[in-house]
Amino acid sequence: MKIHEYQAKELFRDFKIPVPDGGVAFNVEEAQSTAEKLGSFPVVVKAQIHAGGRGKGGGVKLAQSAEEVKQVAGSIIGMNLVTHQTGSEGRLVKKVLVEEGLNIAKELYLSIITDRATAMNVIMASEAGGMDIEAVAAETPEKIIKVFIDPTIGIQSYHCRQAAFGLNLPAAARKPFMAMLAALYQLFVTYDCSLTEINPLVLTAEDNVIALDAKINFDDNALFRHKDILEYRDLDEEDPLEVEASKYNLNYIKLDGNVGNMVNGAGLAMATMDIIKLAGAEPANFLDVGGGASSEMVENGFRIILSDKNVKGILINIFGGILRCDVLAEGVVQAAKNTGIDVPVVVRMEGTNVEEGRKILAASGLNLTTAVDLKDAAHKVSQIVTA
Amino acid sequence: MSIFVDKNTRVLVQGITGREGQFHTRQCAAYGTNVVAGVTPGKGGQEVDSIPVFNTVSEAVNATGANCSLIFVPPPFAADAILESTDAGIALIVAITEGIPVMDMMKVKHYLQDSCSRLIGPNCPGIITPGQCKVGIMPGPIHMPGGPIGVVSRSGTLTYEVVHQLTMKSIGQTTGIGIGGDPVNGTNFIDCLEAFQNDPETTGIVMVGEIGGTAEEEAAEYIAQHVTKPVVGFIAGLTAPPGRRMGHAGAIISGSSGTAQGKIETMEANGIHVCKDLGGLGDFCAEIFT
Repeated sequence: MKIHEYQAKELFRDFKIPVPDGGVAFNVEEAQSTAEKLGSFPVVVKAQIHAGGRGKGGGVKLAQSAEEVKQVAGSIIGMNLVTHQTGSEGRLVKKVLVEEGLNIAKELYLSIITDRATAMNVIMASEAGGMDIEAVAAETPEKIIKVFIDPTIGIQSYHCRQAAFGLNLPAAARKPFMAMLAALYQLFVTYDCSLTEINPLVLTAEDNVIALDAKINFDDNALFRHKDILEYRDLDEEDPLEVEASKYNLNYIKLDGNVGNMVNGAGLAMATMDIIKLAGAEPANFLDVGGGASSEMVENGFRIILSDKNVKGILINIFGGILRCDVLAEGVVQAAKNTGIDVPVVVRMEGTNVEEGRKILAASGLNLTTAVDLKDAAHKVSQIVTA
Repeated sequence: MSIFVDKNTRVLVQGITGREGQFHTRQCAAYGTNVVAGVTPGKGGQEVDSIPVFNTVSEAVNATGANCSLIFVPPPFAADAILESTDAGIALIVAITEGIPVMDMMKVKHYLQDSCSRLIGPNCPGIITPGQCKVGIMPGPIHMPGGPIGVVSRSGTLTYEVVHQLTMKSIGQTTGIGIGGDPVNGTNFIDCLEAFQNDPETTGIVMVGEIGGTAEEEAAEYIAQHVTKPVVGFIAGLTAPPGRRMGHAGAIISGSSGTAQGKIETMEANGIHVCKDLGGLGDFCAEIFT
C-alpha cells in the first residue's frame, strides 16, 4: 500500500525524523492560512498524489508571497498532473502540502528497502540526491552505498556510521544523521514497510539533516496488524474497478486491451494475459479469482470485467484443482443470468470435475464457445475481438 | 528416485482441524501419502479421520516419528508454526499459507539457515512425487508417476497446466515442487536444480518462473555452471505492467528489474530452452526431452 507524502511525514514526526514545518491543504484558502502560520517566505507548494516525478510535471512550486501562494496553489489543486509514473492520463490533484523553504547546502538520497535475494533490509544512501536513483544506479553505481542489516539483529551503530561516513557528511551533521537513520529503521520495521525513501534528504547550511521528501510503501500482507495505517488509504488514488474488486477479495488489475479474462491462480492469470497477446489481441485486465473461488466470486468477477466498456470478449481459463470445474460452470451460468453478459465468452476448463462442468455449460443454453485447450482458447477469443 | 519426498515420508499437518487443512489432509491421504499426525493447539486428543491430533509439534513428532510438516495455519500465526516445526527437528516443512508478512519470513529464513530443516514455500502448492507422496494442494490425477522429468515452479495453477501438458505427452515426472510466489521463501530454484541434477532418475528439468526478483537469473547462471541435464524454461508476465503486484506478493516489476523479457534473455544466454507459448509447452518439451 502507498500513502501520500504528507502522511509519511506525519509518521516521520512520530519517530522524531526531522521534516520541514508545514501542513496539508485541500483548497487555496487552507494553503494560504498554512503559509501564514509558517511565518516566512519562500514556501513550497507540493501536489499530493501517489506518483513520483511531481516536480518535473509542474506539481511542485515555490511561492515568495501570500499572493503567490494563492496563485500557485490555485494552479496545482485541480490540475491533471502527468509524470513518468502516472501514465499519459495523469492524476487529478486534490490536495497540496505547504512547507517552509530551507537553506539547502546539499541534497542526498536515503532509503531502506527489503532485499529479497538476501532476505535482509538494506540501507541505500547516495551523495547524488534529488535525482532518479535508478538512473544513478545504472550510470554511476559507485555513488550508491549499501548497508545490509540482518533482520534478526536489527540496526546497530556501525551500520549508521557506515552510511554517515560513506556520505562524506561534515562532522557536525554525523550525529543527527545517525539518530535519524536509526529512527527511520525503527519506523520501517515497526510498520512492516517495504520501502521508506527520502529523496532528497537535505543537508542545510546549518549542518542539520531534514527529510525534504518522504515516501513509504507498506507490505500489504502485514496490514492486518496495522489498522492505523489502513486509515491512510486514499481511494481517489486507486482505479474504481480495482477498489470494487478488492471488496470481493478479487485480485483485479485494469489494463488497456479489450479481452477480459478470468483465471484461477496468479501465475496462470499472467500466462493467460501473455497468450492472449501472443494470439494477436490485448488483455483488458488481470483477474485472479483464487484457488478456492465460489460461484458468487465468479459472478462478481464477471460484473467487474463487464464494467470495463473496452471489453469486447471474455476468456475464462480455469485449471480446476481446489476450484472445481462444476462450481465454476455454475458460477458462469448464474452470472450470465444475473448480469446479462453481452459479449462473447470463450471457456477453457481443465482438471477436477471437468466433465460435469462441461455438461452444465452445454445444458445452460448460453452462447458460450468452448475451447479444447489453451492455444485454441486464445485463438478463438482473439478472432472474436479482431473480427 | 525422487527429491525431498517419497513413500517413506511421514507427514504431520499443522492446522489439520481447519477447513482447508482437513480437506487437503483427506486428499493427500487418498493419494497414498502417509499422514501420521495433525497439530492444532487446544485440540490435542481429538482425531481427524483416525489421524491423531496433538497440541504441539514436538509431542506429535515424539509420538509418531513425523519427519515432514504441511502447514495450513493462517498468515498471522504461520511464521510461528514454521519455527515450531524447525525447533522440533522436522526435516521438511511445506508452508501452503498465502499472505505471511515479509518481515516475518525474513526472520524465519535467517533462523532456518542454522537448522537442519528445509522449508518449501510459503504461498505454494507444495511438493509431489507422483505415485508415492503428495504433500500439498495440487490435483493428484494430472501427474504421471515414474519420471523422468523434474518440475520446479513459483506458481500454483500454472504448474498444474505445465504438468498436465507433460502428462498428455506421456512425459512422467520424478518430483514436482512449487517454491512459492512470495518475495522471501525457503527452498529456491537453485536448491531444486541441484537436487534434480543429483537425482539419477531425473533426466530433464522444467523450470517455471514469473516476473519479479532475480531468482530466475541466478538459477540460469547456476544451470550454465552445474546442470548437465536439459532444462526447459517458461516465464509468465510478459504483458504485466511495471510497479503492480500481480497477485503473488513477489510478482512485481520494480523499475527496470524483474521483467519477463530480461529473465528470458538471461535464461537463453545460459543455455536454457525457453518456451514462449504456454499453449505449446507440451510439444516443446517432447521435442527437447525425447
